[in-house]
Amino acid sequence: MTDELIEALLAGEHRALARTITKIEDRAPGYRELVSRLHEHTGDADVIGVTGSPGAGKSTLVDKLAEAYREQGLTVGVIAIDPSSPFTGGAVLGDRIRMASNTGDMDVFFRSMSARGSLGGLSTATTDAVKALDAFGKDKVIIETVGAGQNEVDIVRTADTVAVLVPPGSGDDVQMLKAGILEIADLFVVNKADLDGADRTVHELREMIEGRRNEVAVATGHHGAVETEPDGTDTDTDGEHSWTPPIVETVAKTGEGVGELCSVLEDHAEYLTASGQLEAKARSRYAAEIRTLLREDASDLLAAEVDRRGGIEAFVDRVMDRETDPYAVSDEILAPIEECVRERRDT
Amino acid sequence: MSADQEQRTIRCLVGKVGLDGHDRGAHVIARAFRDAGFEVIYSGLHKAPDEVVQAAVQEDVDVLGISILSGAHNTLVPRIMEGLEEYGALDDTLVLVGGIIPDEDRDELLDSGVARIFGPGASMDEIIEFVRENAPER
Repeated sequence: MTDELIEALLAGEHRALARTITKIEDRAPGYRELVSRLHEHTGDADVIGVTGSPGAGKSTLVDKLAEAYREQGLTVGVIAIDPSSPFTGGAVLGDRIRMASNTGDMDVFFRSMSARGSLGGLSTATTDAVKALDAFGKDKVIIETVGAGQNEVDIVRTADTVAVLVPPGSGDDVQMLKAGILEIADLFVVNKADLDGADRTVHELREMIEGRRNEVAVATGHHGAVETEPDGTDTDTDGEHSWTPPIVETVAKTGEGVGELCSVLEDHAEYLTASGQLEAKARSRYAAEIRTLLREDASDLLAAEVDRRGGIEAFVDRVMDRETDPYAVSDEILAPIEECVRERRDT
Repeated sequence: MSADQEQRTIRCLVGKVGLDGHDRGAHVIARAFRDAGFEVIYSGLHKAPDEVVQAAVQEDVDVLGISILSGAHNTLVPRIMEGLEEYGALDDTLVLVGGIIPDEDRDELLDSGVARIFGPGASMDEIIEFVRENAPER
């Protein structure tokens, strides 16, 4: 079953790719082996994360970006993530409606995913779905998600390049960005640049980026010694590679500025390769992935052990009665496992 | 959330096909499916059969609900069914048709692989129940 699916996926069957992603999302039996076997075929796609507040124009821009890549003869995979109801688990995944430029073109593989209310699980599923698209042979993989909260930040971290969309308007939006989004942005896109207030938003963003750059420069001992090249790459006094997030203005609806966005994305890809950041990012991503899997697997093992010993409620009863305490319970359950690990290690 | 806990969720595509701008029904169905805990992808208006097929295949939906009020069902529905067949998706996709379908056309649609036709007056509970019971096992 897994053999057939992998074979069909690598042979370029869309249905097999779709089914693989479903298995990943459902965590269906055998999905681990599936993802394991995909790994050796991955590593060739450029992964781009697109995030921004609701209504910023992410879906429309992703549509136009996919169209631009298709014109270059590249194949594209898109994963669009929408929130799901925490009560019913249901969701309306609406991003597909915006993919108007690429309908009928099977070489743009667009997949909607819902958050399914999982804690952290979503970033695992997203990472695995990206692997499926990568192994399938997509040149560019775009992940689109609303940029709010830690979960979302984790998702865009699975991308090589992160574009943060900022709609023109109140300066408060830019203020909001300070809390966490600024750090993950490799570039900013002021979309709907034909609207009033776009200039101001660009100005405010630029000020914020400058401010941050100076902070970094001071912190690393480069006192204002950083020169910005027009293309966004920096040549500082040490001649090292560094990157300052450029700001691109677009009107996604008409496609204005999408060409420039493509070339900035290309610049960043080149910077990542030249500076060694691409490898460093991949390494830290795999480290995080291993840690997450270990944590989840260990947690499963422990949950099974708790069940075997009569369930968590039985332990809670004893804690409530002051017979024992949470730390002692944890030690009690972990002790045999620790012992087992120690024995195995010695032999 | 554990890595191995299976989280099967029914995925549906609600599709509007052809020159038919009446999407109130499609919206109501989409919301009802969402509230029933399904994941719903809405195609948007005026889609060609190819586009609906592309969406159904890529999204790997369990259920494809085609909303059609224009009277062109005899042309459009078979083209969708052929498209699904082409991608090997016909066997395990539950295809439903909602809208105004004259009695004399029903058998032909059902023969082409449509699982059920829901006309005016079909209750939401009835549709959701049908989806829950008939969503393909995968």
